[in-house]
Amino acid sequence: MSDGAVLDIRDIVAGYGGGPVLDGLSISVQAGTITAVLGANGAGKTTLLRTISGFVRPRRGRIEVGGVNLARRRPEEIARAGVAHVPEGQGVITELTIEENLRLGALIRPSADRAAALTGTYERFALLADRRRRLAGTLSGGERQILVIARALMAAPQVLLLDEPSLGLAPRIVAQIMNLVRQLRDDSGLTVLLVEQNARSALEIADRGIVLNLGKIAADEDAADLAADVSLRRHYLGF
Amino acid sequence: MQEFVQFTLGGVSVGMIYAAIALSLVLIWRGTRILNYSQGGMAMFSAYVALIVINHTGNYWLGFVVALAFGLVLGAVLERVVVRPVESKPPLNAVIVTIGLLILLEGVAGIIYGGQFRSFPPAFSITGIKIGSFGLGVSRSDVFTAVAVLAAALLLAALFRYTAVGLRLRATAFSPAVARLLGVRIGRVLTLGWALAGLFGALAGVLVSPSTFLYPNSMDSIFVLGFTAAVIGGLESPAGAIAGGVILGVLLNYVGGYLGANLVDLYGLGILVLVLMVRPSGLFSTTATRQV
Repeated sequence: MSDGAVLDIRDIVAGYGGGPVLDGLSISVQAGTITAVLGANGAGKTTLLRTISGFVRPRRGRIEVGGVNLARRRPEEIARAGVAHVPEGQGVITELTIEENLRLGALIRPSADRAAALTGTYERFALLADRRRRLAGTLSGGERQILVIARALMAAPQVLLLDEPSLGLAPRIVAQIMNLVRQLRDDSGLTVLLVEQNARSALEIADRGIVLNLGKIAADEDAADLAADVSLRRHYLGF
Repeated sequence: MQEFVQFTLGGVSVGMIYAAIALSLVLIWRGTRILNYSQGGMAMFSAYVALIVINHTGNYWLGFVVALAFGLVLGAVLERVVVRPVESKPPLNAVIVTIGLLILLEGVAGIIYGGQFRSFPPAFSITGIKIGSFGLGVSRSDVFTAVAVLAAALLLAALFRYTAVGLRLRATAFSPAVARLLGVRIGRVLTLGWALAGLFGALAGVLVSPSTFLYPNSMDSIFVLGFTAAVIGGLESPAGAIAGGVILGVLLNYVGGYLGANLVDLYGLGILVLVLMVRPSGLFSTTATRQV
């Protein structure tokens, strides 16, 4: 295991029955950094996150969080071990209120810590505080994205997995969300594995960039170097 | 006028029993998308347990409490042992398993207790309450039935709304995948849902048995009417289940009173068919479809 890695993925092979979607991947995510995982549709980005959080069982390999191997555990146990996964297409529970969504995020913590977590969240996200009693279904797309990120943080996770947070959102909102993720790293030392189709926005805030292609790693570099590598960008990222 | 008041109040009391069964079906449906056909059997079995305790100790309330506890444990055990293996399988598997459970429970009850009709003691007097010379058509026992189910339903609502366990139950009902991502151990939550359903079934069984007698099939028609109440309420909503139970109870009591007691089950089935044809999502549903 590399020094300072919160999330250490070693030689993972996973898929949905046919050939492997992830074919022997190794990724190391350092504490307090944002690692962007980029690549075209079908490169295996979402499958990577679903494998880390336990919805896809890897056929081989190790997924270590804080030195504990979580591969092949159940999703709820992986969440309890400190992995917060914000799925693509959001995942707010629209039938619950905003406050109930947030409280749900903190239920894996000791009951003594929950109230403080809620207060802290409302201080950071005034938008949510104002509407705490409303049903989450009344929020707009961008507001829902903020709610699911805030809810994930209620669990005080060791690592946050973000799947396509920009999906379906207007450019201005995307910038807000990316800014929020950057602030969370800078202020709270949050460790983030960010999967994005929108490579340009992701590389702006990321410390490290990984390009996936057909389930294998095509590049793993400093985000700045990756953004500067014109041929790689053109070949895999299309900008 | 007096007749109308009597039929209405009597209908509310019977309706609360349908409501208890409906609530137990809703609790399981919301968590697992399984319609528990064995609910009536579970209720009947719990009522036998109550009867044995009452006959041995002479204490009604001890039997009442033991039956509720038995229903709770029975629900949890059945979910863990019998239902868990089919939860992720096609829906038909669960249908067959819960029908099988019903047959098993009724068969075992017949082996242990025999098939004869047994009288079951009521909690309170069954003589009608009168205000002056005006008979209300309900007894203290009927009032207790309505109050007991209402109290249990309010406790359940408070559990849902104000506790961490209730939040887990609701989150699992609305979105099990999201609940798991947030660390909710949904296996335990589903077991708890079945346990609570077992408790409400037991409550219905103990409350209805004084007026129906107790025998292995005694809950069959109560189950069908409880299911009808749940469908009227939309199968998703605990409050809808209570409302559906009361509406059905009152309607069928008018049928029984004005048209003849033999027609009650027939009209009950008629209402079920009508609701399923005209408004299959129930009278109280706000969302037309459910995102899965």
